[in-house]
Amino acid sequence: MMEMLAMGKYGAYVWSSFGLMFIVMIACVVQARSRHRKMYQQIESRLKAMDSAT
Amino acid sequence: MTEPANPTLWQGFAAVVKRDLLLAYKRPGDMLNPLFFFAMVSTLFPLAIGPAGDQLKLLGPGVVWVAALLSVLLSLNSMYLSDLEDGSLDQLILSPQPLPLIALGKTVAHWLVSGFPLVLVSPLIAITYQMPTETIGVMVVTLTLGTISLSLLGSVGAALTVGLSRGNALLSLLVLPLAMPVLIFGARTVALAAADDAVSAGVYFLAAYCMLALSFAPFAAAAALKISNE
Amino acid sequence: MFRHMWIFLHKLASPPHFYGLAAKMIPWFYVSGLLLIAYGTIAGLFYAPADYQQGDAFRIIYVHVPAAYLSMMAYSIMAISAGIGLIWRMKLAHAVAAAAAPLGAWFTFLALATGSIWGRPMWGTWWEWGDPRLTSELIMLFLYFGYMSLRAAIDETSKADKASAVLILVGAVNVPIIHFSVEWWSSLHQGPTLVREGGPAIETAMLYPLLGMILGFTLFFGALLLARVRAEVLHRERRSRWVRNLILGESA
Repeated sequence: MMEMLAMGKYGAYVWSSFGLMFIVMIACVVQARSRHRKMYQQIESRLKAMDSAT
Repeated sequence: MTEPANPTLWQGFAAVVKRDLLLAYKRPGDMLNPLFFFAMVSTLFPLAIGPAGDQLKLLGPGVVWVAALLSVLLSLNSMYLSDLEDGSLDQLILSPQPLPLIALGKTVAHWLVSGFPLVLVSPLIAITYQMPTETIGVMVVTLTLGTISLSLLGSVGAALTVGLSRGNALLSLLVLPLAMPVLIFGARTVALAAADDAVSAGVYFLAAYCMLALSFAPFAAAAALKISNE
Repeated sequence: MFRHMWIFLHKLASPPHFYGLAAKMIPWFYVSGLLLIAYGTIAGLFYAPADYQQGDAFRIIYVHVPAAYLSMMAYSIMAISAGIGLIWRMKLAHAVAAAAAPLGAWFTFLALATGSIWGRPMWGTWWEWGDPRLTSELIMLFLYFGYMSLRAAIDETSKADKASAVLILVGAVNVPIIHFSVEWWSSLHQGPTLVREGGPAIETAMLYPLLGMILGFTLFFGALLLARVRAEVLHRERRSRWVRNLILGESA
């Protein structure tokens, strides 16, 4: 098992590549979701301010 | 003197070129600054790297090309800026002449003012880098084709960024990656010439790129000018 | 037949319809993409045999190649949508181009980083200028940065759309030339390349995980793109009635 994880003598390179892949994937998802939430909240607060003004 | 009622395409084109050349003549700083910059950058490298002749011979083509690229870039920002500031850009866009032709005229004037003097000065710099005479000939040819391509490519970038705050830094960011093929073929061809290698491939490539830019860039620049001035 | 397709496309391009449909599609893209990526990762790491030359280091291919492929694909998507947006004045197409740019930049970064990590054991350096693929990817990253900075510099959305569309089309003409010239440049100085050309055919046990990864990355990218386009659409339509109904209707 440990031998398998060690990836010959290249463990550090292989695992850091796959680790980076997951970091980028998570960053992309978080960024996409937070952007949508930000837009939504911006519009929501503007619409509510408009409604309370009238 | 009376202007013809319906100027031909050629007259319109010539008028744009003439006007820009006249403006450049009235403000020689615009023309000389990129030239000084070119000479200065070329001086920086020997000072930074050391005076060893062999090394400079090796670096010469690359240094001259990078300096040329940067100094053309430096002069691009002013291509449409003064026209925007004095309102003549609106007139140019509204004029009955086709806008791509006007953009081409502006580009030709820009090359005559910035690229052409640079090509003329480059042999001097090449000599300080101990370039042999035949190599200097190749360098002048590649620089001529290359600076024309850069002016054309730059005209699109200048049209896209005209009127934007911090447009100058942005302009470099837009144009530099697109200019890499010109730099690669220009500098490597001169280096090949210095090593007594075949140069025709590089020269043909630069000529082809120049033609491609000539047929596309004026239209892209015209579209960009219209968008920037909506 | 064509009429039906045209109506379907037209409906798809209408912002409220797209906004709702994309929300339904995103989970499917995420799930199928992540499943394929999980398969590719496990099969690639543990079941594919080690390469006879590169040993286990070759497994980086399962991240590097899909990322590099997506960085090119994102640019193509941007160029095509920019063209559609300019010619047919379709706002949704501009939204797609704007949404694809940061994703393309992320995957280009991933391709560069993994290429560099792969290069370290294979070439002995973190960066090898002689490799045309890495150099091309670096220039791609600059192209993405240029596109995003131009968009960021223009306040008005419709103007940013059109200006960046012109830029991306000029870039699209240049990208093949950039690749060609970088290829030529590195061939002068015979550099080492990661992927052997004309080498022995890749084993199926190595190939299937790679295909799974590529397809999985594509689906995952699709989900991200849809999510980002939704945010773009919301922002662009912020003054429209349907957005008002959507938001106030939900919260009320």
